[in-house]
Amino acid sequence: MSLDINITVIDREGTEHEFAVPTDMNLNLMEVCKGYDLPVAGICGGMAMCASCQVYILTEEHFGERNDDEQAMLDEAYHVEENSRLGCQIPITAELNGLKVKIAPEEQ
Amino acid sequence: MIKTDIIIIGAGPVGLFAVFEAGLMKLRCHLIDAIPQPGGQLSEIYPKKPIYDIPGYPSVLAGELVDKLMEQAAPFKPGFTLGERADSIERQDDGSFIVTTSKGTQHHAPVIMIAGGLGSFEPRKPLISNIGEFEEKGVRYIVKDPDQFEGKDMVISGGGDSALDWAIYFAEKGSFVHLVHRSDRYRAHKDSVSRAQELAAAGKMKLHTFAEVKELNGDDDLTAVVIHTKEANTTVDTELWFPLFGLSPKLGPIGDWGLDIEKNAIVVDTFDYQTNRPGVFAIGDVNTYPGKLKLILCGFHEATLAVQTAYNIINPDKKFTLKYTTVQGVQGFEDEQPKQTITS
Repeated sequence: MSLDINITVIDREGTEHEFAVPTDMNLNLMEVCKGYDLPVAGICGGMAMCASCQVYILTEEHFGERNDDEQAMLDEAYHVEENSRLGCQIPITAELNGLKVKIAPEEQ
Repeated sequence: MIKTDIIIIGAGPVGLFAVFEAGLMKLRCHLIDAIPQPGGQLSEIYPKKPIYDIPGYPSVLAGELVDKLMEQAAPFKPGFTLGERADSIERQDDGSFIVTTSKGTQHHAPVIMIAGGLGSFEPRKPLISNIGEFEEKGVRYIVKDPDQFEGKDMVISGGGDSALDWAIYFAEKGSFVHLVHRSDRYRAHKDSVSRAQELAAAGKMKLHTFAEVKELNGDDDLTAVVIHTKEANTTVDTELWFPLFGLSPKLGPIGDWGLDIEKNAIVVDTFDYQTNRPGVFAIGDVNTYPGKLKLILCGFHEATLAVQTAYNIINPDKKFTLKYTTVQGVQGFEDEQPKQTITS
């Protein structure tokens, strides 16, 4: 049986979107955003090779840890803040219940 | 004017495979791509990544798949216009099309296949308000004709292969290079990082870590950049700054071609992947239809079906019968390739 968690994504216009997301489908946050037609490009498909799924983690306890590839990509991305992460590197797990993120601005 | 049967916009895997399928039907193709090498995303974003869902290949590196597709297309001698972005499509009175690139190269054919993936790759530009004033006046996003910069002192920004490779290249050619990166870890190949460190130790390069170029100075041409770190801002006099942060795809002019667009993709009919403009097809990641999956595999299928209708447009009086390659083999074209244009 799937266990859903609730997450909130704030889009670039400031609108909040709340979703119940299953934890047993091997999803990551980039895929969830794309699935709900939010403006997350996910150009590289989830390989941490672009920064088009960058989000700001607003619930500090859910920040987790950037992995090496992700850190290297963020070192070259724009609009990077202390709480930036790449959505594709955040697997949807039960621990993320209540996660709130904001989508980073688009690169021009 | 380059003349062919099918102009393929986008030289990624799907565009390359379309050459093969068209060739089996004796149709000639010419590919146009904004980046100077074929392969699209596979070459530009993830050449060293393995792909596991190509039938018959349990695993194949993206770059290797591009090489194989080039080899498979080779008997059909495709033409290439590389390093030029397809900018406009003009329909002629007889129903054929002229495609003009960013450099003004013109191509003429009865059929167009847009295999443009996510759009054309454009340099990622740093967020500095006056950067536009210095483009081509000292600020360059791509290293073109490196000879002209050899021996000149310069600033290069970035931490990937492109930034490191060029920094090493110019330092070895006698330039003093400031390599500016926002971190002290580099995404580039380890060997390149070691080489850069050696050159820095030898006084041919300066590695600015946790640093970022944030200001540009100059009256007309660039004369200095200001490198910011947490501790200090340093002005470096230079006439050359290469911000090499890679390329990112933009749908670009495709959006202005009178095609039905939905969510940044071209709407097609799944019968033959034709767009709302007769004679213009869209295949691969650039198209959308109910049930669309952005997979290379699906793009190959789309290319194969699209060339069937292309054949009928080009040969309205002939009927094509499917021939198996197991029976017929692959009969390439004997004559020379059409004119080839590569602008790097």
